[in-house]
Amino acid sequence: MKDFWKRFSQNRGAVVGLVILLLVVVLSIVAPFIYTKSPWAMVQRPFIPPFTMDAFVLGTDPMGRDLAAGLAHGARVSLLVGLVSTVVSLLIGIPIGAIAGYFGGWVDDLLMRFTEFFQSVPSFALAVVLVAIFQPSIYSIVISIAVVSWPPVARLLRGEVMSLRSREFVEAAVLSGQTHSTIIWRQILPNTLSPIIVLASMMVAAAILIESSLSFLGLGDRNIMSWGYIIGAGRTVIRQAWWVSFFPGLAILLTVLALNLVGEGLNDALNPRLARKGR
Amino acid sequence: MADTIDTNAVTSDETAAAVIHPGALKEEGRGEPVVHIDRLSIALPDGADRPYAVDRVSFKLFPGEMLCVVGESGSGKSMSANALMGLLPDTVRVAQGRILLGATDLITMPADALYAIRGRRVAMIFQEPMSALNPLMKVSAQIEEVFEAHGLLTPKERRQKALSLLTEVGLPDPPRAADSYPFQLSGGQRQRVMIAMALALEPEVLIADEPTTALDVTTQAQILKLIARLQKERNMAVMFITHDFGVVAEIADYVTVMQLGRIVEQGTAEEVLFSPQHPYTKKLIAAIPRPGEGLARVDAREPLLAVEKLSKIYRMGGGLFSKAREVHAVKDVSFTLGRGETLGIVGESGSGKSSVGRCLVRLQDPESGRVLLGGQDMAHLKGEELRAMRRRMQMIFQDPYSSLNPREKVGRIIASGPIAYGENEKKALARAAELMEMVGLDPKGTNRFPHEFSGGQRQRIGIARALALEPEIIIADEAVSALDVSIQAQVLELLGQLKKDLNLSVVFITHDLRVAAKICDRVMVMQKGEVVELGTGSEIFDTPRHPYTKSLIEAIPGRAKEALMTA
Amino acid sequence: MLRFISGRLLKAVVILICITVLNFFLIHAAPGDPAAVMAGEAGDADPAFLQQLRERFGLDKPLYVQLWIYVSSVVQLDLGYSYRQQLPVLQLIGERLPATLLLSLSAFVISLGLGVAAGAFASARQGKWADTIISLVALIFYATPLFWLALMGVLLFSVQLGWLPGFGYETVGANYTGLARALDIFLHLILPAMTLGLFFMAVYARMTRASMLEVGRLDFVKTAKAKGLRPGVIQHRHVLRNALLPVVTLAGLQAGQLVGGAVLIETVFAWPGIGRLMFDALSQRDYNLLLGVFVVSAAMVLLFNLITDVLYRLVDPRIKVAS
Repeated sequence: MKDFWKRFSQNRGAVVGLVILLLVVVLSIVAPFIYTKSPWAMVQRPFIPPFTMDAFVLGTDPMGRDLAAGLAHGARVSLLVGLVSTVVSLLIGIPIGAIAGYFGGWVDDLLMRFTEFFQSVPSFALAVVLVAIFQPSIYSIVISIAVVSWPPVARLLRGEVMSLRSREFVEAAVLSGQTHSTIIWRQILPNTLSPIIVLASMMVAAAILIESSLSFLGLGDRNIMSWGYIIGAGRTVIRQAWWVSFFPGLAILLTVLALNLVGEGLNDALNPRLARKGR
Repeated sequence: MADTIDTNAVTSDETAAAVIHPGALKEEGRGEPVVHIDRLSIALPDGADRPYAVDRVSFKLFPGEMLCVVGESGSGKSMSANALMGLLPDTVRVAQGRILLGATDLITMPADALYAIRGRRVAMIFQEPMSALNPLMKVSAQIEEVFEAHGLLTPKERRQKALSLLTEVGLPDPPRAADSYPFQLSGGQRQRVMIAMALALEPEVLIADEPTTALDVTTQAQILKLIARLQKERNMAVMFITHDFGVVAEIADYVTVMQLGRIVEQGTAEEVLFSPQHPYTKKLIAAIPRPGEGLARVDAREPLLAVEKLSKIYRMGGGLFSKAREVHAVKDVSFTLGRGETLGIVGESGSGKSSVGRCLVRLQDPESGRVLLGGQDMAHLKGEELRAMRRRMQMIFQDPYSSLNPREKVGRIIASGPIAYGENEKKALARAAELMEMVGLDPKGTNRFPHEFSGGQRQRIGIARALALEPEIIIADEAVSALDVSIQAQVLELLGQLKKDLNLSVVFITHDLRVAAKICDRVMVMQKGEVVELGTGSEIFDTPRHPYTKSLIEAIPGRAKEALMTA
Repeated sequence: MLRFISGRLLKAVVILICITVLNFFLIHAAPGDPAAVMAGEAGDADPAFLQQLRERFGLDKPLYVQLWIYVSSVVQLDLGYSYRQQLPVLQLIGERLPATLLLSLSAFVISLGLGVAAGAFASARQGKWADTIISLVALIFYATPLFWLALMGVLLFSVQLGWLPGFGYETVGANYTGLARALDIFLHLILPAMTLGLFFMAVYARMTRASMLEVGRLDFVKTAKAKGLRPGVIQHRHVLRNALLPVVTLAGLQAGQLVGGAVLIETVFAWPGIGRLMFDALSQRDYNLLLGVFVVSAAMVLLFNLITDVLYRLVDPRIKVAS
């Protein structure tokens, strides 16, 4: 663990990313306490530019809503959707990849054709179709992000498991009479943990981007304030009020950037041999 | 590194002073030295296990002479070669010393000037012929590139020259080889291409970094002959790096033995091989496996294991529309194994020796044939029955680094077999500690992870794991070939001891005929999936009948001088 | 090669049929009457429409019969009818497809070309400031929401600076012809193609850099050094070519993302392609059109995949000979 932090902190970008990420997490937690009013409430006249009124640092949108309040509340949605949809896609991808890689043969063929199919479908378009048909809601958004994001997990895991499967320690486990499930749980999966963690951090980032894109297209949950939605709402007034679109976009950029940086840091810390070669 | 057993001997060696034989110092009649490495030290980065990769190393290369630099892994032998080539990795730096090529010091030379020297005056060949050639470029283009790099010849002449070089290194059908991609050639052929490339500009110095280690023994013999011939023809100075004293005996004019970055012994081949002075050199030479020590007896008792007409076919590719390619890896192999007997299975890569071992324990399913263990056919058991039989036959693997789960503690690794068969976890772990002691490791090590152990120690852990299920038969698949020679000898000794104490039967799979002849009661030689000869160790080694066996024995490097080598 | 391509085409057709089946089940899984789903909001007012649809697609027949009718009509390139726009879906898409192809192909070329160049440049200067800057810029673009980048592009280059048009495919009402029209379209193309391309450029730059550093450590690079070759020659002849293989693979995998990105970009720039059509279909709840666009965009992705597969085989001799 000590080694882990030492290696992680050697990557300066990763530390910066971690700090940004923690700030966003804190923001999402304290948002309801600072901005007690609903972010949808009209609190002032519309189109107040940023940094002109102390009460509304980031100004107001075309409906007179406090942009800063929207941003703070949106943070929680972004993080939550990113996290939950990643967990769901791991729950789909890991078993499929592990089973395909471990058993091989026709099981592998079947599962990989299935995965390939999902990979050759344009993922964002599929997400749009899914959300549109099942009606936009936080659930349909999470599910459709998960549905389009699991194939890389399955492929990664299949590759890892296949290479571990032929390692001698797994063969030794077979010879020592361990059952398939013991071998998968004790011998194989623990060794796939680091690449999964690294991939997961990048997937949270990607999920946040997809969620914001869906909301931007008007496919967000109508009851939840999200960053993508604010940008979409500001799009038509971009000429008069650039700030409405600018700040939430910056928030997305920083959060996603932070997650990617943390992911790289994790990669360095968890795969020291690879990392040393890579720098 | 937390190494308690493997380095015991090493620490006592370290105190001994370096031995420089008079032959190494005598320079009359050898011409002018081409290369003079003078007190060269190369510093390792902070935090490495020692400050210098190479510590005050000096030697000279003379035209037409072969200097073998011998050492085990980590001795700094490759590092010295890379320094001479100007190809040191970024992480290390030259701390002191000179590398004189003729009269110029390569260390102080500007990087730009080095381009004119590399490939032209000093050339190099590497260990892995599989990866040393660009997979996307045709062979001839890679040779022609050498001329291009130095602005020599016209494209047409380069092609001509490439063809004549390929002919010179003895490739069959040079024009075809020239138009091949590396993956279309065998390992030995690729190494010949590498040699052709290195010789293209008639360099004064050739550095060969373990060029035959990755090759089969018969191919190795051919490549060694080729290098020796070309050296004499061109009067080149050759620096030949190896870990194998057999190779040294075969080709060396002069020998430099290195250990942990320092030179421990230097002299002519005869001086070092026939009257080694330094304890480390003596140990390395003693570790060369010699045949005839095994007991040449055939067990008269009923065989414990009887293999009848075992066959294995690999099918590659193939789908809905294309037919699968078939490779007959094992063809009708039959043999028996008596209780307490050690049977060696010897062959080159692709001989099917490993497939036999894997079919026995059913890591692979044989195509046909029977594997009778105590009268019951293992070859076609399934599920629970197979699981019950399996514990009677356990395996020791080749690679000490991939044979232990990096995420499990050593105690658990050893105990997991008995636990899988329903043993109480606590008891199994206690037994694991006993087994650790039995294989010569500290029983407290059960609480540590594999990466805290050295290669030799890991192999001992692998043996302990195999013993945990109290098997009757142990299958050792190249179990010592990944280890340094001195550690190899220790592990072999341990295996022999355990075998005697526990009355084990052992199937010992190896590419090294010497190792097999040394420790096996009987040896079975395989070629292309078939058994070509089966006999006692001395029968096979002293009076081989099959031409293939003969060629294998003839190819063993340094055999002629072996009798004279004393430790 | 011909056999390989035909094999791939066959596979693509199978995938397309699977997508059609998926579409069919989506329509049925959607809340509400499938007929209403197909008709979109257009059907709400008119029960006659719905009845007509039920007959057309046999919606009162067993499910497998419905599936057969649906799939076979799609196989015959009948993507149905947009009741909202009063036009066949195929015709609507056909009108818009060229614009999307132009946009996504330009973005593909820009991203792959610039990305590989930037990645190669950075890897050759590993650890120096040029590498740091390229890596940082790539990292930032990699994290930027596409639609936001597009908006900011419009704001800066079109609204503030007035350098480039930020709206549409060509100047409305200008009626240019010939070369003048081509130039006009080109000017309109720059912003959308660049924004779409920049994100993927970041992806390829990162991949190329990592891949080149990886290949740079392989044995054959050491062989090349030992020959006395100059670093520049080693980089482009030995390292780059080998490093491109995973980049080409990635480009194939990214094709789906590219087509998805086009939806967002076309929405922001009012680019009259199928992405914009998808957005319109969304806002009008015109599901038949939406699914039609989905099938066609999937076909586009398969086409991109085919191109990258062919590229890969051209670069790597091992596959060519092995087959």
